[in-house]
Amino acid sequence: MNGNEYRVKPGPEGLLPPAAACCGVILPEKGQGLVEGALKSENDTLRVMARELLTRQNPTIFPGPLVLWAWREGVADKAASVLELANEIPGVRIIPMPDYRPIYPKIDPEAVINPCHPNLTIWHNKIEVCVFIGVHCHFANITLKMIRAGTNCYTITLCHAAGHEDSMASLPFADANQVRALTAAIRKLKREGLRPRYADTPGIQLTAAQEALSQGLVWQPAPVA
Amino acid sequence: MALRTLQVSPGFMRFMPKEYQDLVEKGPFGRKLKLSDLGTYKELLEEHPMCEGCAMAFFIRLALTALPAPEHTVILGTAGCGRLSLSQAAIPFVYGNYCDTNGVATGIKRGLALRFPDQPKDVVVMAGDGGLADIGFSQVLHGWFRQEKFTTVMLDNEVYGNTGGQESGMTKRGEVVKMAPVGKKFDKIDMIGLAKTAGVAYIARLTPTNPSRIVSTIRKAVLIAREVGPTYVQAYTSCNIEYAIPPQQVMEDARRVEKERYGFLEVMSEEAKAFLGGGEV
Repeated sequence: MNGNEYRVKPGPEGLLPPAAACCGVILPEKGQGLVEGALKSENDTLRVMARELLTRQNPTIFPGPLVLWAWREGVADKAASVLELANEIPGVRIIPMPDYRPIYPKIDPEAVINPCHPNLTIWHNKIEVCVFIGVHCHFANITLKMIRAGTNCYTITLCHAAGHEDSMASLPFADANQVRALTAAIRKLKREGLRPRYADTPGIQLTAAQEALSQGLVWQPAPVA
Repeated sequence: MALRTLQVSPGFMRFMPKEYQDLVEKGPFGRKLKLSDLGTYKELLEEHPMCEGCAMAFFIRLALTALPAPEHTVILGTAGCGRLSLSQAAIPFVYGNYCDTNGVATGIKRGLALRFPDQPKDVVVMAGDGGLADIGFSQVLHGWFRQEKFTTVMLDNEVYGNTGGQESGMTKRGEVVKMAPVGKKFDKIDMIGLAKTAGVAYIARLTPTNPSRIVSTIRKAVLIAREVGPTYVQAYTSCNIEYAIPPQQVMEDARRVEKERYGFLEVMSEEAKAFLGGGEV
């Protein structure tokens, strides 16, 4: 951290938190990771990510367009690695970010997360730990800052490029191998005796919107209280 | 290439929102659809935040229906009402800064031609009268004079509707709008005449009274721009808020304006006529 004391902790940090980069947080090199603003080894970073995913409330994976749309070689394999990861996190949900179009007048937070207002999905689903993967960096940056500003969610980024200072834990240059390394770290923690928070909830949990859709039902988001 | 972007990764379809599942399975991409097919497929634009009764939203819905190859189209817009819905459509949308949409369109068109030499890509600027006739005026004209091959569609509501009702160059003489209380002191800019002078290959003026005509006009404009030269469509899309038109009377207003001063007009260069060749568009 170059002697800087700024820590990238779960929020809410309030409106317009400073960009971590402006507070002295630097991006990791290949083989390194970033944990709450501090450079760590890749293995240490994976272990922190694994622990947070197994112990915090309502773990959720947010796959972005670079995972969701199989538009080039390698995407299907990366997508498969994300599903393998999800299957190792009891009670996990997968809420997609299929693209970056604004969604107005109303978003359905059980169906989608949108970079224009990611906090709505976090708040509605009471998500306290999440993984972003396959989101283009310029949208991930703004999304992460909004989440840190207004929620208490622990953000993890598996970035295909240089990583993200504004997430609590970040791994750069993450391809399917890194995703599988995180899966292996989770398995290792479980073998070491860590009981996941949702150990009694097997596999991936569908949101109410996804459940309704899978049954061919018409889904209406709950009215705002 | 373009249609491959619509393949959901294996195992992820069940997590996708309904709208996206519908777009993949029942969307317009890669299909030759007609106006009469509306209602049988998932449209590019479903929800939008525009005002009740908005003629512009109606026009945009039909214009998007008319795109000959939506999977190979990029739309540009700028500040104003139109971008509120265009940016939510399932089609790449580039938000130009006020004034530079047509300059950006030039670059995008040329870049796409370099990147995809074997695949025609359509570029369509769809912006308001303020964006094109006032603030973006110089780049509109430069694009035309330089014979840049893209389509410009003016959503002409004759006012700055998005910011409370200031007069624009396309407001008609004498009109009093909410933020221009003394009345417009000069004539509506003759963009059609300027387009003719600049040698625009296809020029059309219309109102949203005839859906078939809108679809036909936009399709012709896009196809001619793809092969021949710049095209320009000027559409009267009233602002029922700033002109205090009750939503249920928007079409009645459009018919009246069409009859009085905004009749359908189509001007085509000889080259464009030869390109269309009398074929059905």
